[in-house]
Amino acid sequence: MSNKVQIQSSVNGEIVDFLCDPQETLLDVLRNRLSLTGTKEGCATGDCGACSVLLDGRLTCSCLVLGVEAVDKEITTIEGISEKDGLHPIQRKFLERAALQCGICTPGLIVATKALLEKHKDPDEETIRYWLAGNLCRCTGYDKIVRAVQDAAKELSYEA
Amino acid sequence: MAEAVDYKIIGERPVRPDGVDKVTGRAQYGADLSLPNTLIGSVLRSPHAHARIKSIDVTAALSMQGVYAAITSEDFASPDGEVGGEAAGSASDLAKNVMATDKVLYHGHAVAAIAASTKEIADLALDAIVVEYDVLEPVLDIDEAMKDTAPLLDPDCYTQNLPEKAEKPSNIASVMQLSGGNLEEGFAAADIIVEGEYNIPMAHQGYIEPHACTATVNEAGQATVWCCTQGHFEFRSMTAALLGMNIADLKFIASEIGGGFGGKTVVYLEPVAVLLSKIAGRPVKMTMSREEVFRATGPTSGTHCKVKVGAKKDGTLTAASAWLAYEAGAFAGAPMGPGAMCIFAPYKLENFFVEAFDVLVNKPKVAAYRAPGAPQSAHAMEIALDDLARELEMDPIDLRLKNAVQEGDQATYGPKFPRIGFKECLEAAKNHPNYKTALEEGTGRGVSAGFWFNVGMQSSAEVHVNENGTVTLVEGNPDIGGSRASMCIMASETLGIEYESIRAMIGDTESTGFSNVTGGSRTTFATGMAVVQACEDIIAQCKARAAVTWGVDEDQVEWQDGQAIPAPGVNADVKPLSLADIASQAHKTGGPLLGRASLNAQGPGPSFAVNICDLKVDQETGKVDVTAFTAIQDAGKAIHPDYVEGQMQGGTSQGLGWALNEEYIFDANGVMENAGFLDYRIPVASDLPMIDCHIVEVPNPTHPFGVRGVGETPIVTPLAAAANAVRDATGVRINDLPLSPPKILEALDGND
Amino acid sequence: MAKVIFPDHLLPFVGGNREINIEAKRYRELVEILETRWPGCGIELEKCAVAIDSQIYQDAFLEDLLSESEVFFVRKIEGG
Repeated sequence: MSNKVQIQSSVNGEIVDFLCDPQETLLDVLRNRLSLTGTKEGCATGDCGACSVLLDGRLTCSCLVLGVEAVDKEITTIEGISEKDGLHPIQRKFLERAALQCGICTPGLIVATKALLEKHKDPDEETIRYWLAGNLCRCTGYDKIVRAVQDAAKELSYEA
Repeated sequence: MAEAVDYKIIGERPVRPDGVDKVTGRAQYGADLSLPNTLIGSVLRSPHAHARIKSIDVTAALSMQGVYAAITSEDFASPDGEVGGEAAGSASDLAKNVMATDKVLYHGHAVAAIAASTKEIADLALDAIVVEYDVLEPVLDIDEAMKDTAPLLDPDCYTQNLPEKAEKPSNIASVMQLSGGNLEEGFAAADIIVEGEYNIPMAHQGYIEPHACTATVNEAGQATVWCCTQGHFEFRSMTAALLGMNIADLKFIASEIGGGFGGKTVVYLEPVAVLLSKIAGRPVKMTMSREEVFRATGPTSGTHCKVKVGAKKDGTLTAASAWLAYEAGAFAGAPMGPGAMCIFAPYKLENFFVEAFDVLVNKPKVAAYRAPGAPQSAHAMEIALDDLARELEMDPIDLRLKNAVQEGDQATYGPKFPRIGFKECLEAAKNHPNYKTALEEGTGRGVSAGFWFNVGMQSSAEVHVNENGTVTLVEGNPDIGGSRASMCIMASETLGIEYESIRAMIGDTESTGFSNVTGGSRTTFATGMAVVQACEDIIAQCKARAAVTWGVDEDQVEWQDGQAIPAPGVNADVKPLSLADIASQAHKTGGPLLGRASLNAQGPGPSFAVNICDLKVDQETGKVDVTAFTAIQDAGKAIHPDYVEGQMQGGTSQGLGWALNEEYIFDANGVMENAGFLDYRIPVASDLPMIDCHIVEVPNPTHPFGVRGVGETPIVTPLAAAANAVRDATGVRINDLPLSPPKILEALDGND
Repeated sequence: MAKVIFPDHLLPFVGGNREINIEAKRYRELVEILETRWPGCGIELEKCAVAIDSQIYQDAFLEDLLSESEVFFVRKIEGG
């Protein structure tokens, strides 16, 4: 009953080949076929953002994309955010600001923040809140998340 | 006020020890484990809210290729008695909730389960299961459910706690009363009386991680279960009871947990996965969809409350009464007890009467949710007090200050209060700059106060000193909000070694002692106490080792700043021995250093909170925008203030969601119409302002560092704070939640 | 004599007495005396938490009672 498709794409800078069913989501491919479980499933309907990835640089819910659509695309997941010499400043600021409690939404929020800060170097609070409105967090009330993003923006613009 | 104690690290804000794994995607949550050869488990759920099951036929499903097991309630044990622990309740009800027996009692109630090689095959197999139902009329409205004429969910349910034994069955599972003084005299002495009637619909805990587990059972019948849980020891007890298994044959490993808020204190999937794995002989993984989470787990009770409060002209309360009906969902056990005990708890009140009802309805069985029962009843009382303050033309904080309880006052739920910080919270609110800022046009300000008992319960901890003097802490409480950091801080302070040289791990059920759930605001308090005692055990051992090394008596050694030193006046020409020094020589002085403690912590210390909420109401659309929010709470002592603030901000966010948007919407057949995050809308980042926190510290005398639990109180207050602010902004009082645009528009129109 | 206070839901099991005084040195002894006086009430008391001089115990057993102690039975408290 299976008619799997072979797909090649780039995940976190590495060319990968995988087989997937035509109806299989990119989220399932990442988690179940590539063992990249840092990308989380919170709803599978595109409402919570826990599965956020960058698809050719664009912030995307991987539960709304089919695995077969990832052909020849560049995908960045939470596992590809760290830098060679350690944590990315966004990750570090999330830790320093205690911007996570349970941590299940954190990978998605960090990916979303990366997309935000690539587009807006110096976002105001409102811009941050609207950019992150697709990423649900039930633990923090977002206060410390917004502050972490502000800190990260400051550090990144300082670096640049 | 708090005594100033000069701590080295308590009160600092170090990075949590499990942080890096959580910002890099390494941390393993409930659904992240993959074992070789794993099958997928899926649950067939009832399409009816109330029906008798005539028959279930799984033969067609079982005969499909790729299907390895199919189970129904007949495959479970028939437990009786209570299941212990935090989520204590009837074992037979828990079993029936995990898998329906003769009746389905809510839409989404589990009926059968399948293990298959893929999710697709499992879903096809579920379709092939034939269930014959005799559909019954659902009972969906709490007031209707309480009537004599209502259809019965359980014909064997006779109301408990009545003065006379109930003669016929009822949907009212139990009642309770609290009373004091003389209500009539109290109301007669009042210059002014306010009353109100308040409705709040069911709401869900809304953790972002759906329930998930993997179970594997070997040929000897020994099972290992990985799952996201607030308490793996209690999950083990429940699973053992439901399956008639020996606890010794069940090993539970808690994964990281993506939120719980009380909702992950009871089993749904775990016994099912164990049973499927036992039959199939292969590991079985089960994950809920978000829709299943909404339809079949949590939520908390919808309520119908009535409150009446009398006061003198100067604001002194003379009497209060309350009638509180809580939806239990399909099985008895609504949190009406704590709701009744909390409603008047913050106030000095001689004459009072509370009656509360635990009511069965054809909706999912409620689970604990952050200060279970308290937000609903506090919403009623705190609105009534706001109305009272308006009529008396009195500042709402002053009104509360006038009646606030303090140490030695008799609580309406019984005993006298130990040392508490309610007045300190109210004063902090009154003096807070946010209470003094001028309000913009169209904006309103609301105040409310709240109380929660907190609990202690059982915890275990071990401290292993490594050969270089670093430390591994082992405890049994899943870390949901940074508790590893708090444990490491308390160990660092006690032992006198650096925070960075301590690591905390959550042991599975075979590697540490029994621990109750991470819940009830108890972890930093109770497990923290166990960690401190285990560290003190290490210190005692270190002193003995130093004494042996120096050839002196044990009582001639003291522990100071992380090292053993000779006691004052002891004439010994020796160099202090650090933990690392002692550890490196431990093999000569008696072997490895292992400290441990287990306890049943008592005296958790009640926690109070006060909120100030500013919000703006759009008169055209009815949309509410919270523009500023101030949360004030007594934490006793904040071990890691970031994570205390985190609890306050998170509880606020959940409370505001409940106040403004969140609700279970059922159709006439009892089908939840908004079972997804698009339509059950929890607050998103753009819905909220920064949430300003002010931590009050009135130490709890029973904890070595003065800790009070902080996790639950924050959700008690925001419901009324928002409602009172809407009243202030619009001039219209709305007693029902949520304060969603349609409800606000309707109220505004009615006012024109 | 310790002062013992019962909540409404326990009254049917303790002869309708809201408040009584009992001579007992420990909580366990107190419960034994109550059970002797009103057979069967022990099971109900077991389901309760108890506050002894302001401190709530979910599982009291060996706690000491002073001559002026106040002992309140309350419902067990859960949490989220």
